[in-house]
Amino acid sequence: MTVISTTIGQSVSRIDGFAKVTGQARYAAEPHPSGMLYGVIVNSPIARGRIETIREEAARAVPGVVEIMTHLNRPHTALFEKSYVDGLGVPGSPYRPLHDGEIRFNGQPVAVVFAETFEAAREAAMLMEVDYERWPHNADFEVALHQKYMPEKPRSNYVPPKSRGKAAEAYALSPIKVEGHYHLAPEHHNPMEMHATTVIVEDDGKFTVWDKTQGPQAVQAYLTSALSLSKDQVRVRNPYVGGAFGSGLRAQHNVFLAALAAKMLKRSVRVSLTRQQMFTHVFRPEAIMDIALGATPDGTLQSMIVEGVTDTSRFEHNMENLVVWGLINYKCPNATADYKVVPRDTYTSSDMRAPGAATGVNLFEMAIDEMAYACSMDPLTFRLHNYSDIDAMHDMPLTSKALREAMLQGAERFGWQNRPMTPGKMRDGKELIGWGMATGIWDAMFSPTSARARLTADGRLHIATAASDIGTGTYTILAQTASEAFNIPLDQIDIELGDSTLPQCPTEGGSWTAASAGAAVWLACQSLREKLFKTLGKNSNISAWLTEGLRHNTVVLQDGFLKNTDGDEAFEMSLRDALSLTGQTELEVEETAKPGLRGTISQMRKARFTHSAVFCEVRVDEELGIVRVTRLVNAVAAGRIMNPKTAASQVRGAMVMATGMALHEESLMDERVGRFMNHNFSEYHIPAHADIPDMDVLFVNEEDTEVSPLGIKGVGEIGMCGTAAAIANAIFHATGRRHYNLPIVPGD
Amino acid sequence: MRQFSYSRPTALSDAWDDFEHARYLAGGTNLVDLMKSDVERPNHVIDLNSLPLNKVEELPDGRLRLGALVTNADTAAHPLVTERYPLLASAILAGASPQIRNRATNGGNLNQRTRCHYFYDPDMACNKRSPGTGCSAKGGRNRIMAILGTSEACIATFPSDMCVALAALNATVTLAGSQGERSVAFRDYHRLPGDQPWQDNILLPGEIVTSIDLPALSFGPHYTYLKIRDRLSFAFAIVSVAVGLQMESDVIQKAHIALGGVGTKPWCVPEAEALLEGKTPSLSLFRDTAECLLRGAVTDRDNAAKLRLAPRVIMRALSQAADGTPQSQTYKSIS
Ligand SMILES: Cc1cc2nc3c(=O)[nH]c(=O)nc-3n(C[C@H](O)[C@H](O)[C@H](O)COP(=O)(O)OP(=O)(O)OC[C@H]3O[C@@H](n4cnc5c(N)ncnc54)[C@H](O)[C@@H]3O)c2cc1C
Ligand code: SF4
Repeated sequence: MTVISTTIGQSVSRIDGFAKVTGQARYAAEPHPSGMLYGVIVNSPIARGRIETIREEAARAVPGVVEIMTHLNRPHTALFEKSYVDGLGVPGSPYRPLHDGEIRFNGQPVAVVFAETFEAAREAAMLMEVDYERWPHNADFEVALHQKYMPEKPRSNYVPPKSRGKAAEAYALSPIKVEGHYHLAPEHHNPMEMHATTVIVEDDGKFTVWDKTQGPQAVQAYLTSALSLSKDQVRVRNPYVGGAFGSGLRAQHNVFLAALAAKMLKRSVRVSLTRQQMFTHVFRPEAIMDIALGATPDGTLQSMIVEGVTDTSRFEHNMENLVVWGLINYKCPNATADYKVVPRDTYTSSDMRAPGAATGVNLFEMAIDEMAYACSMDPLTFRLHNYSDIDAMHDMPLTSKALREAMLQGAERFGWQNRPMTPGKMRDGKELIGWGMATGIWDAMFSPTSARARLTADGRLHIATAASDIGTGTYTILAQTASEAFNIPLDQIDIELGDSTLPQCPTEGGSWTAASAGAAVWLACQSLREKLFKTLGKNSNISAWLTEGLRHNTVVLQDGFLKNTDGDEAFEMSLRDALSLTGQTELEVEETAKPGLRGTISQMRKARFTHSAVFCEVRVDEELGIVRVTRLVNAVAAGRIMNPKTAASQVRGAMVMATGMALHEESLMDERVGRFMNHNFSEYHIPAHADIPDMDVLFVNEEDTEVSPLGIKGVGEIGMCGTAAAIANAIFHATGRRHYNLPIVPGD
Repeated sequence: MRQFSYSRPTALSDAWDDFEHARYLAGGTNLVDLMKSDVERPNHVIDLNSLPLNKVEELPDGRLRLGALVTNADTAAHPLVTERYPLLASAILAGASPQIRNRATNGGNLNQRTRCHYFYDPDMACNKRSPGTGCSAKGGRNRIMAILGTSEACIATFPSDMCVALAALNATVTLAGSQGERSVAFRDYHRLPGDQPWQDNILLPGEIVTSIDLPALSFGPHYTYLKIRDRLSFAFAIVSVAVGLQMESDVIQKAHIALGGVGTKPWCVPEAEALLEGKTPSLSLFRDTAECLLRGAVTDRDNAAKLRLAPRVIMRALSQAADGTPQSQTYKSIS
């Protein structure tokens, strides 16, 4: 479909911004149904073992305590383990909260105290006494490395690395070799809004579940399956989500426990996690990558050998696409990669913003920088020299790849041409200045999605789909899409998201929502227009210009009016009047966008990626090693940009997170107990304002008619990929010292 | 948090008379946090905020008295402080965030507890929180723990920035309680953990810090508060140094130095200060001073970085003070 941009592509401010800053936007822990009980979770202090005894007397004596739910008294749940499998498709044996007395990870919920007030529930939770039989555990990553394995049945989205040529031999023969052992510390998502669920038990006994999730329909499916409830008994809502970064991809234990308690107590309940408890579930896995690169002195890559591991729990096999990115993105005749997971007695690691690539791309791009230097070649030139126009791993063409343009435009904006090759050559007072760069790559995904468009008697357009706006601007770009597709002003559009009863939409994640939900909304609006015209055409009582116009296809929608574009006289009619002429109170359509929508099957024959080039300036105190990031430029090639303002904001947010990955964020595991010890914002350091410079984000023109129906690739994650490496590479350029371990902290 | 009763006395004696398993509440930025984490479990909370301890006043002998209830923000912005004790203002501004400094009081700052991860987590053994249970920080994740003044029982850092400057300035703490008033040298206020790590300082049960008194002292531009932390703002110190030098032409007459982030209390070594006196600044002199300050340091599993960094930070801070180029707390490059 050809789209002429009027609203699409404009920097529209968030349409939900006002509701958010005035507190009208309601989050999962905010509904207050009457008679609601507050639930506070009691967590296990041990990593493995069995609950021996639970002493509840003191807790129950707290005035206001209504019930204490444990594995001993919980209501019936689904019999079979497979009923607890959620939409994310992590193979293994899913964790079932309060299933039995066995402890599988530190922080595992062992009881939930419910009381009339939050304060009573919290106090009672503190008074719970639980005795455990302790079993030996291992939470030490180094020890776990000896148990690395490949899961028998990989995760559904796992991309197995594909070797080409003879990597080992070519490496041995390469005149120039670099080898590095890289490590990334585990990180926690830590969205601003902590995970919470409010279950409202309606008068008819049905549950309305307000949950912090990225997928209301996935949570609904999970709850109905795990709690053996019928589908119409559970409605899940998440109209607003205060960030998630992947922590809301899986149904977290708070939603299960809240629904279970509502079933048990037949009362509305809320269970919300504290910041400390946010460290008892998902996290970005710790990772090790061994990267060996071989090249000829002219800077031509000859061999790439990548081996990587990430950690998972003892009961599920979380996997990432860690090792493939370099093989996809670089031309190199010989390449091989291997990936394994290592088990620890912790909760299962999970997807965090650009899972796999955030780790794999950044660490690989640090190795590429080292290789460029080994070849005495400018890192940008080196990358251009080894540029691949295809997916080099699958030997498959790409729908588009404007990475070259991104590199050149980013370099120009940054002023890269003035960079001295030799490290340590630029200084300002006591600070050494370094310039580094890296490239980023991330999947451009598309998932079939449905949307509804409805024209109502007041002439307003209502759009609905079960997408989640996790703070990314989905409301806004869908309104822009509808505005353009139906040619109606933005302020005549209502967008409804975040409700499991709405038309099907996949869980928000992987940066596919803009492309997928956008296409569905576009289609629905097109189809609604056709329906309106068709219905009007059937009415013999409409004025002559309209009858004629409709017959000759000269009537169009424009700015919320029907207009005749033909003839000497301009006729127009408001949507409200048009609708009333149809004799209906509203018109509604629902459409599903599929990859093959435009008759293309490019999804099968072509690979699809978003790319970026990141440039960074750091200043490093020569004596103290203190690093300041003083400039960041990110040139992104992500197909069509729906809204430069919200898109740039996504990229900037990810660059902040990647700065955290490079310099600050690290969850400190005490392997003696299996607990992440710095479980608060005072000691888990995310970048503060002082750590973040002005960030310059530019979007490179990239027309791609095949990647998705609207030519969108998505921008939620690409900012993570490359930024951390650009910082590390800039530190090398400042100091001449390579770091192989992220984050790089003072004293390293 | 557990249930507690609450009172807000207007007279000092009403406060300490009420003190039985109680805790005093000032700004609450530390106490309330600890109560929410179930670390502090008072039966009774006595709110000090109606006591008349909220003034900054000049004493007849030229000293400056900082009331215990004056906020950290107001203290740092007070004209007499910025004019006479810029070292103190700088140290305060290096700590926490503007929001927290607006709530936090001077008395609370002195009495804040350690940020040791294990102290903060009631599921973990900790001698400071639960005497006799052991010290989980030893052999654990102890990057932030102390390397000076530690004991078998506890290696926790005393986290304050403000107190590092107060120690350097040789301030005095005045206390009042049922046994009467007394004042102690600031450097003697905090205790080493020894075998009683639960006792952070010399405060008797019920005793109240009423003020902190600063001696008449002037360093001109020869002072600095240099703080190294894991991000450029809003993090506790890995290593910090407060320095004030009384200089005459090129000669150091008297040196005031205290370290933060490395000790179980604000760390002062009089011999190190003496080393500088009567000398002209030089790198080798600063190196000797750093060595003297860090004598006896012991590292554990994760905190060796502190010992690597500390000498360099000390030398840099001494250079800043000697050069009269104090560290800015706004611009993050290190002068
Ligand atoms: C996120 C965060 C970051 C921080 N970062 C820093 C930092 O970088 N540097 C830094 O120095 N500090 C930092 N702080 C700590 C902050 O400075 C202290 O929490 C604050 O100074 C405590 O003062 P308050 O008045 O709020 O004390 P409260 O919380 O009210 O009390 C603390 C303790 O002091 C006792 N107390 C209070 N007043 C008196 C008195 N007059 N007499 C006797 N006992 C008294 C209380 O009983 C309690 O035990 C940070 C705090 C937070 C929460
Ligand atoms: S270092 Fe001190 S505060 Fe920390 S666990 Fe040990 S005893 Fe407790």
